Amino acid sequence: MAEGIKDKVAILGMGCSKFGERWDASPSDLMVEAFEECLADAGIERGQIEAAWFGAGIDAFHVGASALPMAIALRLNYIPVTKVENMCATGTEAFRGAVYAVASGACDIALALGVEKLKDTGYGGLPQRSRGVENDMYWPNLSAPGAFAQLATGYRARHRLNKEDLKRAMAHVSVKSHANGAKNPKAHLRREITAQQAIDAPYIAEPIGLYDCCGVSDGSACAIVTTPQIARGLGKERLIAVKALQLAVSNGAESGHESWDGSYLKTTRIAAQRAYDEAGVRKPAEEISMTEVHDCFSITELVTMEDLQLAEEGKGVTAVLDGNFDAEGKLPCQIDGGLKCFGHPIGASGLRMIYENYLQLQGRAGPRQLPDPKLGLNHNLGGFPHQNICSISMIGHM
Amino acid sequence: MTRGISGFGAYIPQARLQRSAIVEANAWFDASLKSLGQGQRSMCNWDEDTITMGVEAAADCLAGFDGYVPKSLYFASTTFPFFDRQNSVVLAEALNLPRQLLAMDVAASQRAATSALLALLRGEQDGMVVASEHRRAKSGSRAEMLWGDAAAAIAAGGGPVLAEFVGGESLATDFVDHYRGGEFDYDWEERWIRDEGYLKIVPETVSALLKNCGVEAASIAHFILPTDQARTPPAVAKKMGVNPAAIVDNQAATVGVAGAAQPLLLLARTLESAKPGDLILLAAFGQGCDALLFRATAAIGSFKPGRGVSGTLAAGREESSYARFLAFNNLVERDIGKRGETDKQTYLSGYNRRRDLVTSFLGGKCRECGAAQIPREKYCINPDCNALDSQDSYSFADKQGVVLTWTADRLTFDWSPPAYFGMVQFDGGGKLMMDFTEVREGSIDSGSRISVHFRIRQFDPQRGFRKYFWKARII
Repeated sequence: MAEGIKDKVAILGMGCSKFGERWDASPSDLMVEAFEECLADAGIERGQIEAAWFGAGIDAFHVGASALPMAIALRLNYIPVTKVENMCATGTEAFRGAVYAVASGACDIALALGVEKLKDTGYGGLPQRSRGVENDMYWPNLSAPGAFAQLATGYRARHRLNKEDLKRAMAHVSVKSHANGAKNPKAHLRREITAQQAIDAPYIAEPIGLYDCCGVSDGSACAIVTTPQIARGLGKERLIAVKALQLAVSNGAESGHESWDGSYLKTTRIAAQRAYDEAGVRKPAEEISMTEVHDCFSITELVTMEDLQLAEEGKGVTAVLDGNFDAEGKLPCQIDGGLKCFGHPIGASGLRMIYENYLQLQGRAGPRQLPDPKLGLNHNLGGFPHQNICSISMIGHM
Repeated sequence: MTRGISGFGAYIPQARLQRSAIVEANAWFDASLKSLGQGQRSMCNWDEDTITMGVEAAADCLAGFDGYVPKSLYFASTTFPFFDRQNSVVLAEALNLPRQLLAMDVAASQRAATSALLALLRGEQDGMVVASEHRRAKSGSRAEMLWGDAAAAIAAGGGPVLAEFVGGESLATDFVDHYRGGEFDYDWEERWIRDEGYLKIVPETVSALLKNCGVEAASIAHFILPTDQARTPPAVAKKMGVNPAAIVDNQAATVGVAGAAQPLLLLARTLESAKPGDLILLAAFGQGCDALLFRATAAIGSFKPGRGVSGTLAAGREESSYARFLAFNNLVERDIGKRGETDKQTYLSGYNRRRDLVTSFLGGKCRECGAAQIPREKYCINPDCNALDSQDSYSFADKQGVVLTWTADRLTFDWSPPAYFGMVQFDGGGKLMMDFTEVREGSIDSGSRISVHFRIRQFDPQRGFRKYFWKARII
């Protein structure tokens, strides 16, 4: 049994661009914005970075294929740069590459950056795109809301809920995130909403309405990682270390075998348990201080709370409506506003979420600062409920 | 050996456009349309065409047999989606018929189906004639009012038959009542077509047939003459001495006249109600005439198709949107939005690898663990098995199932939003995320039962191609 990543790698610095409809910013501009903040935070020079991982999720034409767009934008010094893509888990994948490189001893300082330029499509929502030569022959033309709406119907059927109760809890998820996002200057959507607005909004994909969907925006986030020893040598105190870094990828069973009924996210359950084991967490609901989860849609967040063992199975509606995950609740979720208010520039999101936990752990989160957080969990879900990639990272004090 | 008809089936699209909707939109230009404003006509959904309707009709016919395998398959239409890609072979693969098959497209005539049926009856093999028609007519035309979309199938050959083939007669003459050299039909004056066409050509053909068979016109129990001219069948019957009560209604006000499919559709309808000993005369008109005479046998009432004409006729739903009809028939240029602009290329080599799945809806069943699965991949999908190359071919086309999860997606591109799709769990195992078709708002939920149907999945207007796949329909 491998001993895992816990406390082997520290975060030296992080940066995050303003997220939003950045009509005037190119992918390069966004990358530089996040990178400059990150370099300053790390207190190092560009030339000290020995290897980099570059995450961009959707079609090469938005940012460009390969590692070149980042190497060129940041004028990296002919170092190894690896392009990674794993749908919505892309940002965390870039982070994983950099962290593993440092942990292996292959390099001392590594960079992970994610970026996405979604607002060059000419229409709202994620780009309509091919699923590949074979899948296009028989897959429904499903949009992301169309895929995740089915999580709601599957969850509702499994737990015999009525539509109204589930919709009310879904609305609460969004109301909470909007309230948090309103306090965050880097968020895209900074307006509070009411539960009634969320409930009354038109359907995008039944039962998902407009306010059940996260925003669509441009943005970039990045991290520089190193060993704890080097971080201390560079004068860093109270280090923020990686506690767990896990990935679970569907093997097709959910989409084609009756062992899965569509009411939960199998990969999240698997990745969560592995992450808890890696981090040495026994009672997640008590030991974790805050979560940034993949709230691409309100229903995803609600179901994810159960899959992360932070709510009892089938009791997500009650846990949400009781305010457990509100800013003042037992276990705040999306304290920065989440995908809901940041939007979801695919390649950037995972790193944006780690960035918030990193700020919170350092007490640098301003008006939304939580009292004395110790351990933060980040969760991404790429793809669809019936076949997806789940990444979970946990960071905390050394 | 006696040859004749051994089975029949039919399909009429669910949507029935109210003819009043056509009148309402077009009477400002042509007030005479008001006289045709009663009743309804069938209309293809956006995802239906000649091939998909043909599959339904043929499957309806095959459902009446226990393991019947036609040796030949004739497919008749004037509206085949492909000018050169044998439509009957697509039909055969969707029906999962064995490859040892004579498959033939018969086209370019309103009597394509009757000529094919004559050829089949005069041959030595058992086979099936499938006729299907999805004609486009100009907006606001009389044809738009009177035509409908439908398909029918007749199985014929030797052995025990429902209706014995007594005899047939054909006549070929280039009487051009109408033609289609471009996108739409062009026709001549109705009265001239009736007087110089139907009233001369049909009696000439039929009288030769009856004479050869030694049958009196007055003894005909069912007289089928496909036409969109309401007064022509009575006039022809009168001239030939056929009892007016024997005339089979052309269903213009319930289905519409279905072109090259009309002769077999009316024949199937007649076979549903014929009594042993009844003489059935089928005459089809178009650059001449085919006339076929059948005598119902004692077995006539024994054949039960899936739904038959009466079943598919009764399964209609009212459609009152003329705008939707125009859109589905590509009679108006619509703004389909930027999401509709993506390339719809079909990669033919990839398609060829997946024909079993895409056209025949075949998956696999694992010999090791028994798990049914679709698509069929190299490793078994059962997490407790995952055996390699362990699956036998397994058909899902005849399976039903239940809806596990579903949605109505208003964001994604669809020709008729919202796009309904979801996860289907098949009876006997196997699960697949599928499109749903013919969904009425509020009629679907987890647990709803479904059957599967061969439909159009996507058009590629840039290249003149269309993709088909199977969709689920709430039962």
